[in-house]
Amino acid sequence: MKRAILSGNEAIARGAYEAGVRVASAYPGTPSTEILENMVQYPTIDASWAPNEKVALEVGIGASFGDGRALVAMKHVGVNVAADPLFTLSYTGVKGGLVLAVADDPELHSSQNEQDSRNYAKFAKIPMFEPADSQEALTFTRIAFETSEQFDTPVMLRTTTRISHSKSVVSLQEQVTGLPEPSLEKNPAKFVMLPSNARKRHPLVEERLLKMEEWACQQPFNRVEKVAGKIGVITAGVSYQYAREALPDADILKLGLVYPLPKQLIRDFAANYDTLYVIEELDLFIEEQVRAMGIEVKGKEVFSICGELTPGRVEQSLSGKPSEAYFSHSEPLPSRPPSMCPGCPHRSVFHSLNRLKAFVTGDIGCYTLGFMEPLAAMDTCICMGASIGNATGLSKLLSAENQRKVVAVIGDSTFLHTGINGLMDMVYNSSASTVVILDNRITAMTGRQENPASGYTLMGADSYRIDLEQLCRAVGVKHVQVVDPYKVEATRKVLKQEMERAEVSVVIARRACMLVKRDPVARKPAFTVDSDRCTGCRACLKLGCPAIEWRSSAAGKGVAHINGLFCVGCGLCQQVCSFDAMGVSND
Amino acid sequence: MTNQVTNILISGVGGQGILLASEILSEVLMLAGFDVKKNEIHGMSQRGGSVVSHIRYGKKVYSSIIPEGQADVLLGFELLETYRCLPLVRQGGSVLTNNLQIFPPPVTLGKETYPEDIPAKISAAFPDTTLVDGLRLAAEAGNPRTVNTVLLGALSKRVDIDDTCWQQTLQKMVPKKYLEENIKAFNLGRSL
Repeated sequence: MKRAILSGNEAIARGAYEAGVRVASAYPGTPSTEILENMVQYPTIDASWAPNEKVALEVGIGASFGDGRALVAMKHVGVNVAADPLFTLSYTGVKGGLVLAVADDPELHSSQNEQDSRNYAKFAKIPMFEPADSQEALTFTRIAFETSEQFDTPVMLRTTTRISHSKSVVSLQEQVTGLPEPSLEKNPAKFVMLPSNARKRHPLVEERLLKMEEWACQQPFNRVEKVAGKIGVITAGVSYQYAREALPDADILKLGLVYPLPKQLIRDFAANYDTLYVIEELDLFIEEQVRAMGIEVKGKEVFSICGELTPGRVEQSLSGKPSEAYFSHSEPLPSRPPSMCPGCPHRSVFHSLNRLKAFVTGDIGCYTLGFMEPLAAMDTCICMGASIGNATGLSKLLSAENQRKVVAVIGDSTFLHTGINGLMDMVYNSSASTVVILDNRITAMTGRQENPASGYTLMGADSYRIDLEQLCRAVGVKHVQVVDPYKVEATRKVLKQEMERAEVSVVIARRACMLVKRDPVARKPAFTVDSDRCTGCRACLKLGCPAIEWRSSAAGKGVAHINGLFCVGCGLCQQVCSFDAMGVSND
Repeated sequence: MTNQVTNILISGVGGQGILLASEILSEVLMLAGFDVKKNEIHGMSQRGGSVVSHIRYGKKVYSSIIPEGQADVLLGFELLETYRCLPLVRQGGSVLTNNLQIFPPPVTLGKETYPEDIPAKISAAFPDTTLVDGLRLAAEAGNPRTVNTVLLGALSKRVDIDDTCWQQTLQKMVPKKYLEENIKAFNLGRSL
């Protein structure tokens, strides 16, 4: 048996391969991104990036209706975008198995909220598996496809950051054989959801859940681990690992299927214990349902509803005492927040927007870091694509003078995800804001994925590169300008001019991310500071470049210093220095 | 039979090559026959933020996160990030740290202060502390970007695994083009 050490995401990709998946589609989103990235190594899968999660799910549904197995992946907030097709897919059911892998992000390591996707399973009335390590991620993916076909339902597979991004040892199996060949089959009563058909499908959905609830009581993925017989715990996913760590003697009902719950199994288990805990991250999803069955449990009165659990947090919650570390700091430590990379093309745009005193409605991407000091030029951030609608709403009620200050800032990938709809509205309803598209030719924040404007597909094939200028003009924007953000003054001039315009205008700041994988950007020689010329004015520090450090000087004001290991020679600091102190290193 | 689990923490700054080091380490541990779990956060943290990787191995590992105060070994790629993680290390644990300062933005902007004398503070609390001049050794190996491999070499002495497992994994995971300098860097770290 072949063993490998895989992350949860790699294991899901492997499980999909072993399950005979033919089509996979996703929009990148931490912590789910690597699921699709790892599909590329399996030649039997057609894997692609969709412009957004709704399209990804619709692609998956099409493949399923053609009798092919399909996997769709997204992060928790992506399900909000895909929710429209998801809820009706629950009614149609599937033909080829369809699995929606969703990765939640308790603790908000890289997200804008902490929503608990398990509620979607209950809301859309579809089953949900939740693996507790990479081996289960692989196995449950395979089981999810069988379940999907057995019960004619889409299936959700939920991970959290600590499952998606943890690596653990798994054993690899062969790919399944004997799956049907894809075919076209008309079945409007099942696939055309207008009222007369959908009305007949709804009772089937309810029956399906009841059947699954009973079935789930007998399945090995819902198992009881008996140890000392004194304390009982109901848990699932990564919380199981923490429960095992913190309560080694507890008996555990470990759920692999978190919806629908195996009610009889829970009743039989619960009857054995005076003390019964539900240990789960985020919402009281299991707890509430167990309580509704009339069973007394301890859950969120003990464990936090906010943030993720850890072995330490579980132990502290149980004991009520803070953990005692051998070492504790006797001084405050400086924080080390993430920042835009040296050479990041977004930097100068925010530097300019700060100086122009813009009110910036922001969006989701690396550039959200533009809110931080010293750039401090982002004033809102809600969800993918929101910047443009937010700017429209603001400009509807502001004075002409304040209206001019409003600038929407959005990345290329986010613009194509859901921003374009906002731009249509802006033109259609005669808003007057300025939109800046930061076109760095890649979906950078999630680890540099291709998108419809990057010129390549996930599989690495050349593809049509959407012409953003033409797209903006096509929806009716009359003023579209392209700037090179490495040219600081020229960029600022265009931004100022367009902010003053009382009509919709789009400024495309185009320059490739320093980290693109294809057509890589060459590093230029590092800059150095002539400390005789540096007056310590700190103008360069306002760029927030990690390569620029500050050193003490004899005169006391200090001088700039460029860390040659980090500097990529973008030259922004040279342009903002009024004393000509930045030069190219001779090293 | 007791289930002895060993806990290794690797900390540093996003972009320093922590992920590759922890990948190699966990691959080596699997090759040596252990149950291994490793965990770190990707995404935002890669952009120059603090990065912490947890690696746990033994007969059977449950949580991939090391319980607070139970790390046996801490390998730090940067002084402040080593210092930051000390509360996660058990009494008597080993600390290996690269002797390098990278100033975070709030320090550069003059809003916060970088602590002084970090190596002395670490070794006062943890007698088994090793200060590694990673950049010098990496340069000696032929490429200043092999600091992570030097540090991995230094760590390898604290982990009782056969040298062939390490060499085999380096061969497998390091691109051919950079293999020679990385083997050199690893051996320099291992001989500390």
